[in-house]
Amino acid sequence: MTIPVRKFDTLVIGAGGGGLRAALQLAQAEANVAVVSKVFPTRSHTVAAQGGMNAALANVSPDNWHWHMYDTVKGGDFLGDQDAIEYMCRAAPRLVVELEHIGVPFSRLDNGKIYQRPFGGQSQNFGGEQAARTCAAADRTGHAILHALYQQNIRAKTHFFDEYFAIDLIRDNDGCILGALVLEIETGEPLIIQAKTTLIATGGAGQLFRTNTNARINTGDGMAMALRAGIPLQDMEFFQFHPTGIAGKGMLISEAVRGEGGYLVNGDGERFMERYAPNARDLASRDVVSRAVATEIHEGRGCGPNKDYILLKVDHLGADVIRKRLPGIRDMVMTFLHIDPINQPIPIFPTAHYTMGGIPTNRFGQVVVPQQQGAEDIVPGLYAVGECACVSVHGANRLGGNSLLDIVVFGRAAGNHIIEYLKENRYGRTVVAQHSIDTALAHLARWDQRSQGVSNETVDGLRNELKAVMDHYCGVFRTEDVLRTGLDKVLKIEQRLQNVYLKDHSKIFNTARIEAFELENLVDLALATVASALARKESRGAHMRMDYPQRDDVKWLKHSLFFKGGQLDYKPVRMKPLTVEGFSPKPRVY
Amino acid sequence: MSLRAAFSARESTGEILFESESMLDRPRLYWQCRRGMLELDILLQGFLDAKFDVLTTVEQHAFIELLDYPDAILLEYMLGRMIPTDQRIANVVTQIRTPVAS
Ligand SMILES: Cc1cc2nc3c(=O)[nH]c(=O)nc-3n(C[C@H](O)[C@H](O)[C@H](O)COP(=O)(O)OP(=O)(O)OC[C@H]3O[C@@H](n4cnc5c(N)ncnc54)[C@H](O)[C@@H]3O)c2cc1C
Repeated sequence: MTIPVRKFDTLVIGAGGGGLRAALQLAQAEANVAVVSKVFPTRSHTVAAQGGMNAALANVSPDNWHWHMYDTVKGGDFLGDQDAIEYMCRAAPRLVVELEHIGVPFSRLDNGKIYQRPFGGQSQNFGGEQAARTCAAADRTGHAILHALYQQNIRAKTHFFDEYFAIDLIRDNDGCILGALVLEIETGEPLIIQAKTTLIATGGAGQLFRTNTNARINTGDGMAMALRAGIPLQDMEFFQFHPTGIAGKGMLISEAVRGEGGYLVNGDGERFMERYAPNARDLASRDVVSRAVATEIHEGRGCGPNKDYILLKVDHLGADVIRKRLPGIRDMVMTFLHIDPINQPIPIFPTAHYTMGGIPTNRFGQVVVPQQQGAEDIVPGLYAVGECACVSVHGANRLGGNSLLDIVVFGRAAGNHIIEYLKENRYGRTVVAQHSIDTALAHLARWDQRSQGVSNETVDGLRNELKAVMDHYCGVFRTEDVLRTGLDKVLKIEQRLQNVYLKDHSKIFNTARIEAFELENLVDLALATVASALARKESRGAHMRMDYPQRDDVKWLKHSLFFKGGQLDYKPVRMKPLTVEGFSPKPRVY
Repeated sequence: MSLRAAFSARESTGEILFESESMLDRPRLYWQCRRGMLELDILLQGFLDAKFDVLTTVEQHAFIELLDYPDAILLEYMLGRMIPTDQRIANVVTQIRTPVAS
């Protein structure tokens, strides 16, 4: 079978904020760039970010990049790489101004400067008073950034392949990545996009969990592609949960509700947060509240016939307060639960929100893998940025507003590095190894070759089961037993995946086929997540082990690396920033 | 191709024709209901599954047209914070927001 080939300087897989920022840098430098996205670019998940983007502009409170850096290191429970964090926090103010210049309408103060709002985890003077560091374009920051970047890319003549699904990376005989095999969703036809450099920017994997805040496109495809290409995934055990998602649906109910006086009750009608955080109670930090909710449910004190959720009470605040201060939340609850929080409490459950782990990279976006002595070796030609990457600026726990920053800072940095690479490798490597194409094509054909067997497994059925298993056995409540059971169950699901067949083998817009590829990716990532979580015998940031409740810096101040075969390896955290003294681990109290 | 680009509107009558009936393909529509926000995925895909088939042709076309709106605007419509000025679209938004009887 001959597959058509298109050639570019750079292939960017993913058209969210990370991919588009990199593509823009490249296109403006006259590189020939292709951007592939499985959905129309402005429907990428970046559009969902409402809160804003952090930068120490000091427009509202005294601030500087070094305080921002401290908060990010501490927020990440000291697992973040401090060179990358320094780089990001220093670059932030410039990047905000740059975004403004390309058309992002940041909200303004009366004095004309960019407005900044306070977010959790932001401090002045290394842990002092609250800082206000988050820049926002009303409550549509992600939308504004994505649309501005898309328009600029169109102007710069970036070549878009909309509604193309990337299947696998391709390489030459030396292991240099030379693009990817992609599938045009509309026609079902494969295409090889060959490129001197490839950048993965496919976003997070919130769809691993039944209860999550992510769009359904967030199936972590790029991370799974990297795994299949022999690249390990870093720190996958660190998944951020938000304590108050709408039960059974996942959408986020913001902290503002508890800030206004809302509180949580269990099935016995008890205000249980008093037991877990006697002072802060319902306003304790996200991880503490998530753990309390999960523990109540785990110990049989949930609400409802199946005791599988907790109630968030706001009705005592009165109709006026709710209408005036929490209108958005009320709209959301009324739309999705068809109840009015003025009269009825809201069923909630911790919801998976952000993938801290991902494809290991350095601060230039280059993908790095361990060689013998734990050194970081560069995979030639391959880059990754955004939520699919682990650079790692968020360490064990991301701070709100740092992710939009991450995608633009490292999108730009990767773009710049690729420009240099292209200059030095003008003629590049051009011979894709045939075995690499054959392997990718075999993967593509696998679903069509499988014919109906005795089993009646379906993609939908198995995916729902996987997500339920991840909620139960790899969610907030983690112990050795729980995780071990989870690992067994995911391994069984991996086996059962072999029995799933597709009813429809048509080519045109066969979305069932695409969802089968996505399920394969999710299964690989589920294994990476559970196995990494089972191995890490400590509690750090978002990874909470009930049986190992303390952080253990002696044994566990290191990044995990999970390989496709199931092996785990570790590498040191980069504790040395670029120009300043490093921050040494200390207890993370707020 | 954008869905809207596939329309040709007859200005005099306000009648809308599809350049290609394939725009009504279910899988294609299903993919157009995959958005950047979970809220939209749930409402749009749920509506497509549960109610699209029983809509009138005019309503079906209005739904398809709605899918061309940017996500941020769709969210405002879906949460009832904004109402589309086009009556056909407003009508379909109301239907999406009405719970399916269970
Ligand atoms: C509800 C919500 C609110 C948030 N609010 C904030 C906030 O206020 N501030 C903040 O800093 N962060 C926020 N975040 C996090 C932030 O939005 C994301 O981390 C960030 O936008 C990710 O950007 P990205 O470019 O890495 O990926 P995405 O924007 O997710 O883009 C991924 C791209 O990859 C493409 N893709 C994926 N797989 C394939 C494939 N197989 N083939 C082809 N293309 C593919 C997709 O089509 C898409 O274009 C929020 C997240 C959520 C869920």
